[in-house]
Amino acid sequence: MSQAAVQAAQDWTLEQIQQEIDAHRHRPGAMLPILHAIQDRFGYVPEAAVPLIAESMRQTRAEVHGIISFYHHFRTRPTGSHVVHVCRAEACQAVGARQLEAHIKERLGIDFHQTSADNEITLEPVYCLGNCACGPSVRVDDDVHGRVDADTFDRLVEQLTTTAVEVK
Amino acid sequence: MSVTVYVPCDTTALAMGADAVADTTRQAANQRGVELNLVRNGSRGLFWLEPLVEVATPNGRLAYGPVKAADVDSLIDAGLFEGKTDHPLALGPTDDIPYLKNQQRLTFSRIGVTDPLSIDDYRAHRGFAGLEKALNLDGQAIVDAVKASGLRGRGGAAFPTGIKWQTVHDEPAGQKYIVCNADEGDSGTFADRLVMECDPYLLIEGMTLAGLAVGADQGYVYLRSEYPVAHRIFSEALARAYDAGYLGRDIRGSGRHFDLEVRLGAGAYICGEETSLLDSLEGKRGMVRAKPPLPAIKGLFGKPTVVNNVLSLAAVPFILDQGAQAYADYGMGKSRGTLPLQLAGNVKRGGLVELAFGITLRELMEDFGGGTLTGRPLKAVQVGGPLGAYLPQSQWDTPIDYEAFAAFGGVVGHGGVVMFDDTVDMGEQARFAMEFCSVESCGKCTPCRIGAVRGVEVIDRLRAGENVETNRELLADLCDTMVDGSLCAMGGMTPFPVQSVMKHFPDELTHRPT
Ligand SMILES: Cc1cc2nc3c(=O)[nH]c(=O)nc-3n(C[C@H](O)[C@H](O)[C@H](O)COP(=O)(O)O)c2cc1C
Ligand code: SF4
Ligand code: FES
Repeated sequence: MSQAAVQAAQDWTLEQIQQEIDAHRHRPGAMLPILHAIQDRFGYVPEAAVPLIAESMRQTRAEVHGIISFYHHFRTRPTGSHVVHVCRAEACQAVGARQLEAHIKERLGIDFHQTSADNEITLEPVYCLGNCACGPSVRVDDDVHGRVDADTFDRLVEQLTTTAVEVK
Repeated sequence: MSVTVYVPCDTTALAMGADAVADTTRQAANQRGVELNLVRNGSRGLFWLEPLVEVATPNGRLAYGPVKAADVDSLIDAGLFEGKTDHPLALGPTDDIPYLKNQQRLTFSRIGVTDPLSIDDYRAHRGFAGLEKALNLDGQAIVDAVKASGLRGRGGAAFPTGIKWQTVHDEPAGQKYIVCNADEGDSGTFADRLVMECDPYLLIEGMTLAGLAVGADQGYVYLRSEYPVAHRIFSEALARAYDAGYLGRDIRGSGRHFDLEVRLGAGAYICGEETSLLDSLEGKRGMVRAKPPLPAIKGLFGKPTVVNNVLSLAAVPFILDQGAQAYADYGMGKSRGTLPLQLAGNVKRGGLVELAFGITLRELMEDFGGGTLTGRPLKAVQVGGPLGAYLPQSQWDTPIDYEAFAAFGGVVGHGGVVMFDDTVDMGEQARFAMEFCSVESCGKCTPCRIGAVRGVEVIDRLRAGENVETNRELLADLCDTMVDGSLCAMGGMTPFPVQSVMKHFPDELTHRPT
């Protein structure tokens, strides 16, 4: 296990996961609300959550796995300090998203679904952020940025990494 | 004396720096001892001007934009707070900006005007007027009004909304549901988002009206997780609507009951398809269901369910308030009312354009859009999202109308218009259509699940110049198989953009020297 994974493994306890399940399990169609609650709190849905969810929701572990893996949003591994979503859809393609995507991958030295070596940034694709009149669009955590080019992206990354250092 | 300044708060305004503009304006007013009333209004939908700052004057609101935080001081020096208009960013009275003035905003009459979360603002602009009327009507009368308006679903399939509601209305009394499809997955669309971020009570009112019409007391909004701002604003509006007695038991003392909840999707395009959406709401994988049974008869948790797009539901308050005929007076042929069009991609003036059906694409792209952002010639336009055909110049004079588009194999869909200049490589676009389908297919049927993967491979071979004739035939066959053999429009329409490239831009699917 890498250093980061060990660290992340301490970010949750089984009791905390069960708390999130119990907060939502009685709602109709509770599965997605539960998965969202767990991911919002811990950054991902830990493997260890699966049997707890299965037990609470009276489903098999395979079913729960099947649901988690169906949705692009849910992840089963920790992310870097920030998640960057790059829009790959048509309206952004029309204003240079393909070139931007190539630049971002090169700048961060990673492909989609990977985390940068300094554990700062996890890169994900996204198909539209609803900012299609001002693309190319990039979402950094919960903030959407418009008209992003190589320069503005590099500045964004610098800001992210310097604030992260200050916090530590 | 205090001055009222508006700085929008929708996703695009924020993406272009609106928060920094608001902060800077507050600080500057402070330093200068100006008493500032800063309103975070919704966006007018004139996105090339965002952040679009407005100031209230005795003669109406004046606009300035696009404003960066660094412009704020010079704007104030030039008399922003006094409503002076000699600054280069001054645009004059907001309502006189031609892009806005030339629209027919029925559904979007309030966006950008009001503070999205203020119920007082909403009411001051005819908000809840339709609901107040409907609280005294029986369900059938509401269904009849929607039928008479001619409203057709704005989510893609254009099915008459009133007829859908009638089916649910006619099911025996018992648990029924209203589900709002806010999955807005199509690239080039943002109208649903604007409703939820800039006029959230409109959707709440529309869904409540649907509930009263069909006898449903529970509604769900299925919102895509890619819209965090919409989620925040809409959730806050829900809480305030409950507090003010517009939701819950005994709505405004009427004895009527409607509960509403927002649920987040999880990044799956197919969950915009209504049956897949219902499975997802039930907590399952979002697999497409075979129809029949229709959701109107066996929908969410097996109960009769209205599934409507945000814009369909948001059109209803106007219809109840101003009358079905007032809505039906707009439009052409069997496409009645207005359509919120969305100009996106390589466009100079992108944004929301609500118009009666019947304007041509060319008028929309040139008169409103102002041509391409890059200033280069326009080459192709994709209307109706990732499953819509790429339209070449010869088709731009078609009026935007469901039937006129269907006649040449186009789709109006959710009204997204994505423009491309002459640097676009149409072969890449065809490939992307297949790639997108391979990423987003629910996996239930083979032509879609496997076909899309094969489609990418065949296009790659074509573009590498391998066995061009054979591969071209193969691609044509593959498209036919997907169209004929897919359960839903994901697999069934993914070939549309591909076929349009094969037909109108055939040279770009062959080997191209680099
Ligand atoms: C692949 C696919 C994706 C769809 N995505 C959406 C969507 O994001 N939003 C939407 O309202 N309808 C979407 N639809 C259409 C819905 O299935 C359905 O027709 C619509 O929600 C009905 O509402 P309306 O009658 O008000 O349009 C999609 C359909 C398909 C086949
Ligand atoms: S066409 Fe594709 S998305 Fe639609 S049901 Fe079949 S596999 Fe699923
Ligand atoms: S296509 Fe990129 S934001 Fe919509």
